[in-house]
Amino acid sequence: MYTLRLWSVRHARGLNSLYRGIERVLVALDPLWRRIGYERLDRPVAAVERTVKGMLFDCKMCGQCVLSSTGMSCPMNCPKNLRNGPCGGVRENGHCEVRPEMKCVWHQAIAGSARINGGAAAIRTVQPPVDRRLTGHSSWLRVARERAGGKT
Amino acid sequence: MIFDDEPVPGYPLPILPGHTSPGRLERILRAGQFAITTELAPPDSADPEEVYQRARIFDGYVDAINATDGSGANCHMSSVAVCALLTRIGYAPVMQISCRDKNRIAIQGDILGGAAMGVCNILCLSGDGVQAGDHPQALPVFDLDCMSLLATARTLRDEQHFLSGRKLTYPPRVLLGAAANPFAPPLEWRAERLAKKVDAGAQFIQTQYCYDVPLLKQYMQRVEDLGLIGKVFLLVGVGPLRSAKTAEWMRKNVPGLHIPDAIVKRLAGAQDQAREGRELCIEIIQQLREIRGVSGVHIMAYRQEESVPEIVERSGVLAGRVPWYPGRDPQPNSHRKAS
Repeated sequence: MYTLRLWSVRHARGLNSLYRGIERVLVALDPLWRRIGYERLDRPVAAVERTVKGMLFDCKMCGQCVLSSTGMSCPMNCPKNLRNGPCGGVRENGHCEVRPEMKCVWHQAIAGSARINGGAAAIRTVQPPVDRRLTGHSSWLRVARERAGGKT
Repeated sequence: MIFDDEPVPGYPLPILPGHTSPGRLERILRAGQFAITTELAPPDSADPEEVYQRARIFDGYVDAINATDGSGANCHMSSVAVCALLTRIGYAPVMQISCRDKNRIAIQGDILGGAAMGVCNILCLSGDGVQAGDHPQALPVFDLDCMSLLATARTLRDEQHFLSGRKLTYPPRVLLGAAANPFAPPLEWRAERLAKKVDAGAQFIQTQYCYDVPLLKQYMQRVEDLGLIGKVFLLVGVGPLRSAKTAEWMRKNVPGLHIPDAIVKRLAGAQDQAREGRELCIEIIQQLREIRGVSGVHIMAYRQEESVPEIVERSGVLAGRVPWYPGRDPQPNSHRKAS
């Protein structure tokens, strides 16, 4: 939802902390996830993610969430799927070149990242290309599994 | 400038120490000369002669010719094909690659193929949205974005492997470029974005049209503050405006284009508006030459290509230098035969 998405960016700081909290809980619960089986959990957790993140961020379920590096403005809402900053087509009013009625996702991201601790540095990180195999899968579980497993 | 190791047209120059490509553009830039690039509008045709006709207009006035890749999301002859034709007779194209139409498999293949044909410069672009062009029904691909495209090209060149990790037997020796728009919001973040592109591998930049020199100066100040001068060659986009009406149309319809009211007024007040547009372009080029960190200009004269020689000539920025073109040196390597 567009209005809620803009609200999320305005409250990027709080949402990011909440996000970090959820992540810590998920990582802590790794032994439980392991016992149930990450594969078996993927569908139900992805469904929850789709609902919650869909409402707050218009999440597109790319499966590799970078919201903390983009001021809680989901870059997959950019019609060009840009994950590394605004294109050169941003209108003088800060709206999107492709969808004039929408504020530029990256214009929002920059504003949002300024509200997050360390956000200004995170947004400068060059993001790798999207792994299209992860589309539709749970990003939370993947992060929990990787963090608990010692990867990144 | 005549290089003493001038090859037969179509054959690459040797790669100088510290250079990443055998290209003329890199040599000119690293030699500190004021470089001039321009844009070739690819024909809606399968006739190679139409490409050569369009390239010949620039003979002796430009250091490299950009082959656009479906610019404005309109369908034309592909940039790879235009580059194949141009390199065949020795021209130094800048091969534009847009992320709109091809995925990472196609793009990496084109980078290798382009370099194999003699392409020495690649411009990595996200590309205009499909809604802007003549095929709005098309699937927008955007598998990579301009930043990950730069990083991908750098991986191919410097690490000699595909994104998959599979090894290359010979890497593409290319100079990597990207676009920048210092004039679009969020203005305060535009130099940061440039820094990110440099981080991702950009060695040269071609910007959107500049009609607002004071705004560019502000941007360049920020570029300098970020320590980017000397790390990237910046070619500022310029172009003649045909009339006040064209200017009005362009600023309404060309995404990210900024033309101040004063410019439109000045054109509207002129007796010969096209002539005034060229004068303005020349003045801007001369002002740009004085800005620290500007390495040259990229002249985009869509449908006015024939005005490029006059603009370059009268701006005086080549300072007597004659950029290479097929046939410039009657016997390119006669000195070698003699020795």
